[in-house]
This record gives sequence, structure tokens and C-alpha cells, in this order.
Amino acid sequence: MPSIKVLAEREEKGVRFTGGHTLCAGCAEPMVVRTVLNAIEDPVVVASPTGCLEVASSRFPGTAWNVPWIHVAFENAAAVISGVEAAYKALQKKGKISRRIRFVVFAGDGGTYDIGLQALSGALERGHDFLYVCLNNEAYMNTGVQRSSATPKCASATTAPYGEAIPGKPQERKDLTEIVVAHGIPYVAQAAVSHLIDLANKVERAMKYEGPKFINVLTTCPLGWRTPRDSAIQQSKLAVETRYWPLYEVIEGRYKINYKPKERVPIEEWLKTQGRFRHLFRDPRGKELIAQIQAEVDRRWELLLEKEKCFGVQA
Amino acid sequence: MRKAITGHKAVAEAMRQIEPDVVAVYPITPQSEIAEYYAEYVHEGVVRTELIPVESEHSALSACIGAAAAGGRVMTATASQGLALMVEVLYIAAGLRLPIVIALANRSLSAPINIHCDHSDAYLARDSGAVQIFCENAQEAYDYTLMAQKIAEDEKVRLPVIVNLDGFTLTHSVQVVDLLPDEVARKFVGELKPLYPLLDVEQPVTWGAFAMPDYYFELKRAQQAGMEAVPEVFLKVQKAFSQISGRPYSGFFEGYRLSDAEYVLVVLGSTAGTAKVAVDEMRKKGWKAGLLKPWLWRPFPAKEIADALKNAKVVAVLDRAFSFGSMGALFEDVASALYACERRPVLVNYIYGLGGRDTSVPDLIKVFEELPKIGKTEWALRYIGLRE
Repeated sequence: MPSIKVLAEREEKGVRFTGGHTLCAGCAEPMVVRTVLNAIEDPVVVASPTGCLEVASSRFPGTAWNVPWIHVAFENAAAVISGVEAAYKALQKKGKISRRIRFVVFAGDGGTYDIGLQALSGALERGHDFLYVCLNNEAYMNTGVQRSSATPKCASATTAPYGEAIPGKPQERKDLTEIVVAHGIPYVAQAAVSHLIDLANKVERAMKYEGPKFINVLTTCPLGWRTPRDSAIQQSKLAVETRYWPLYEVIEGRYKINYKPKERVPIEEWLKTQGRFRHLFRDPRGKELIAQIQAEVDRRWELLLEKEKCFGVQA
Repeated sequence: MRKAITGHKAVAEAMRQIEPDVVAVYPITPQSEIAEYYAEYVHEGVVRTELIPVESEHSALSACIGAAAAGGRVMTATASQGLALMVEVLYIAAGLRLPIVIALANRSLSAPINIHCDHSDAYLARDSGAVQIFCENAQEAYDYTLMAQKIAEDEKVRLPVIVNLDGFTLTHSVQVVDLLPDEVARKFVGELKPLYPLLDVEQPVTWGAFAMPDYYFELKRAQQAGMEAVPEVFLKVQKAFSQISGRPYSGFFEGYRLSDAEYVLVVLGSTAGTAKVAVDEMRKKGWKAGLLKPWLWRPFPAKEIADALKNAKVVAVLDRAFSFGSMGALFEDVASALYACERRPVLVNYIYGLGGRDTSVPDLIKVFEELPKIGKTEWALRYIGLRE
């Protein structure tokens, strides 16, 4: 498993994602990107859809990418990487390329949960050999914090603002990780930016499998979550401790929860530190809504425990 | 080798001979048979292509973009709504200067939904930055599919090329097509020289960068230069193809009994075949009738077409699609082309054949008979075969 030392050595040997990008101060995305890329030893080709990472890393004539990288549009990163991977296979068959190359997508939740879901599902079903990493910051941050299907219930987003009539986003977040699991691909996981060694281990394990691999990484966004710039790691840690964002893997259909918080930390602890939920602590409806959020967190956690029990990794 | 085959089979045979590295395709009437034939070649092991049976046309072209940027030779095929879904990424394929050949089985756009031929799909992609070629018959569809690959991959061009063939009329009807021997076709198409491929991991390249007002304009100007290089390359490729095939392709359009013609039809695609019969009929009656059939529509060869039409008396431009709120797109092209000529014919615009409405020889004879009565250029549409 890649230790911090190994990751640091690889970073020193050749930085794959360089500084000089224009991501916000305190953004968690570069940490995830560098950790994932350093956890893969082989050469990589990366695709990204439109989004924060794309805009901030590729302003012509500069680039933050020291690996081959392609952006085409918002909804099609999985289709684009399908084409890259297929060309690689074809050129291999014709003897025009011999070295091993790995294929990675970094995409936001908008480009994954919403507009890119069809292309993702297609690529998973066809079985292309690639790793898809969702940098899930739970809203359309690049365009100004509009709600996505990854946005949690009651969060205030610019297209689902807190209002007298409707207090933030009315719907629960989509459970995309389980939707991906249903595709029956070899490796699916949830990870968080606060647990980087866990993430690196997951990438390394994922890359042992031929076929599609998917990791949904909670990637905190101080701007959109309205939290202090130096809080990305704490925010992510709390999301894990409150069981809002369980760290788990589904390897060849078998569940493994990587971390089970010993104490039950109420979801309130996480909600109250974020500006996007501030209204829940002022509005008279807040208490009831927090209870609903807690109930859903509990329901999903219990269900996950059940799944691990019934379909856990065999000893 | 002469074979009685459909237009679909003709295109599929050209694709088999080209043997692209990647074909990404999604089924749609009337294109599906190209996908089916090609899938058969792949599954029978006749070609080594990676076939990506995508979940939409948007993903078809997106996968083609990825594969082309990776350094592979790629092709796809579509029609109608499928092209409409592709259009977002078609602009990007052109902006990224990727040589992707797209066979387009021309079909009307909804609503109302209709599966038959007109050119509204091709017109939708008019300003996309893709080169567009129109074919009159299955032979031309075969020939231009091979030529399109050469045009698209020329280093001066490097743009997507759409080969238009009329849905059903060409795709599904059986015609005699003269196929080149495989080795001759392969030698003609040659090897693709990838430029800045993604798979060259030693020299990492950023594709699809973000350009702000300080660079966007210059990058789009460079794209226009690619389009401006097409005519010269088109003629060069035609010449090389004529030598190996014995079929005399020369020029951006075919003129049929055009040099001394007073009354001329300008028409794209398969209706040109019908128009040739109508021209012959009119000639028999002593009319100086002629036809101009553009092969190359984008970029539009304005000067050459104006030179060929300027001495006519009346020119009827036939558009197989509306450009709602304007005259037909082909009419606008021809009218603009003639603007700089001192001597100009009278122009008239007919809309015809929408949603597969048949256009017959008598229909076109009727058009010819109307032309002498038209005294000056008309800025109102006329229709062929429409009940009003």
C-alpha cells in the first residue's frame, strides 16, 4: 500500500499536476488529484469534463497538467475516455504501442451525477478499462453553487436557496455510489479528502482490476459550503465521523466498510459549521428538518451495515 | 469489382477498406445498417477495429473525439436527430482539428417525426466547422467516403468531414457500385500521421484548453485557415482518386450540360440524378437546360459556382430543407456567390422533397417550364410537389 513516503517520492520524481492552477484557496480538489495520480505508477492519460478543475487547470496557453489530458464538454468525459482507451487497444493490437498506459477521469458531481450520468453508465456497461474519480463537492461550484443531485437536502444553493416558502433543497441527495455498484463493475468505493492514505490505497487496489473502476470522493468546497478556507479537511473528517459519508468499498460485488466511527456524532455537528445550512439553526422549521436529515443518514448507514453483513468480503 | 449493393453497403465497404482504429456508432433509421455491417466485420474478425457500441450519438462523437485525440483513425455514422444530438460535440471536433469522417444518411428533423430524407440534418451542421460533401448515388458515396478520409487527415485541413447520402433513396436502394480492390483502396488512404497524440505519454499535451478573450479569437481564426485549405486539398485528392479509379472526379461540383445552359437547376444529392433526366428531356425539346450539382458544400466554392452560373438566364436553386425565416441555405450561398459578378442570372428558390416527399422528372420539367416566366430574382419561396 502506498505510504506517504512513497506518494511524496513519486511527486518528487515527476509532478503530474503542478501548482500554478487557479483553483480557490482552500479547495480540496488538488489534494485528491495529486493523491490519485501519485498512487498510480504507470503512465496515465486523464480526461475531465467541464468544471472547476478543467477551467482552473487549462487556461490557454498555460496548463497545470504534466500528463496527457483532454477536456471536450460537460456531459461526456466517460465517453471521451472510452474513445481514448479504445484507440489504445486498437493501436496495441496493431503493434503500434506497447507500453502500459492507464486511463483516469476526474469529474465533478454535476458532470457525474447529473449531465454525465448517461455517458458514465454507458462506459461502465461496456467495460472500458479506466478509473473514474468523482470530485464530489455537492453542487455546481464552477458556475456559482447551483444545486445538483449530489447536493444534500436542505442545503441552500443558488438555484435552491433558503426561502420563506422553501428552506433550501427539498430533495435528498442521489446515492450515486450504489447506482454505480448496480452496474456490476469490479471496483467501486467512497473516499474523502480527509483520508488521503485510504484514498491512495483504494486507487492502488482499484488499478489491479481490469475494467471500469469508480471512486466517489467527498471533496469539500469552502466557497460553496460557506466554511473557512482552512476547514476543508475538518469538514470532510466530520462528514465521515457523522456517518454522512461512509468510507467503503465494493470489490467484485462484496462490501467492506473501511471505517466505522465508534461514537455516533450527531449530523448537527457537521451542519452547524457550514453556511449553506445556517438557516436550519434560525428557522423555526429547522429542528424538524435536522431530524429528517439525521433519519436519512441513519437509514443509509444501517442499510450499508446490512449490506456488509449480507454481502461482505469473504474471509 | 462491380457489385449490386445498397448505399449503406457501399459506405460500409469503404469503411472496411479504410479499417479505422475506432468506430463508435449508435443506431438510427436510416443509418443503422452501416453500424450493422460494420459490427459484422468486427465480430467476424474481418477488421481489427475497436467498435464502441455507445449509448447515444452524443457519446458516439465524443468517443470519436477521444480516440482521434489519442492518435487513432476514427469514423462514425448517423442521421437526423442523431446528428442533432452530436452537434454540440461536432463543433468541438472541428475546434480541436480532429479528422473524423461521419457518414450522414440524410433524414428530416422532428417535429413532426419522420424517418425519410431531406437535408435539414446537414443544414443543422452547416456552420459547425465540418467539411460537407454531398453524393448523388451509391458510387459517389463509396468514392467520397474514401476521399473524405484523405481530405480530413491532410495536415493542412485536420477537420471532421461529413459525407451526405440521401436516406433511403441512396442508403437502401440497390445500385451497381464499382469497388476498388482492397489493397488499392488501402494504399490510396494510406497511414494516418497522428499529431500531438494523447498516447504519447513522453510528450504530454493538453487538449481542449480553456481560452479567454485574449486567445479565443486567434484560435478560431486558425480553424478557419483549416477550412480555407480544403478546396486545394479536395482537388488534389480527387485527382489522385481519379487516377486509381478511372472515374473522372474533377472540381467542386458536377456540371451537367451546363456550359451553354440558359435555364439551370442547382441541387444537392440524389435529386441531381432525377434532374439529369429532366435536363435531357428539356434538351430534346430544344431548351438549353442544365444542372449544377455541388459535391463540396462546406466550404462553399463560391467563385467557381458563380463563374459556372453567371451567364445563365434563370437559375433555380433547390433546397431540401427550410432555413426558417430566411431563403433556403443553398439559395443564399448561390445568391451571395453571384453578387460580385457583373452579369448575373435571375434567381429563384424552390423548397422540395421534405420528409421524403418524392420529386419526379415531371416535377422538375414543370420547374424548367416556369423559369422563362420569372423576370427578376424572387425573394419569396416556391415549392415543388406541395399541396397548398
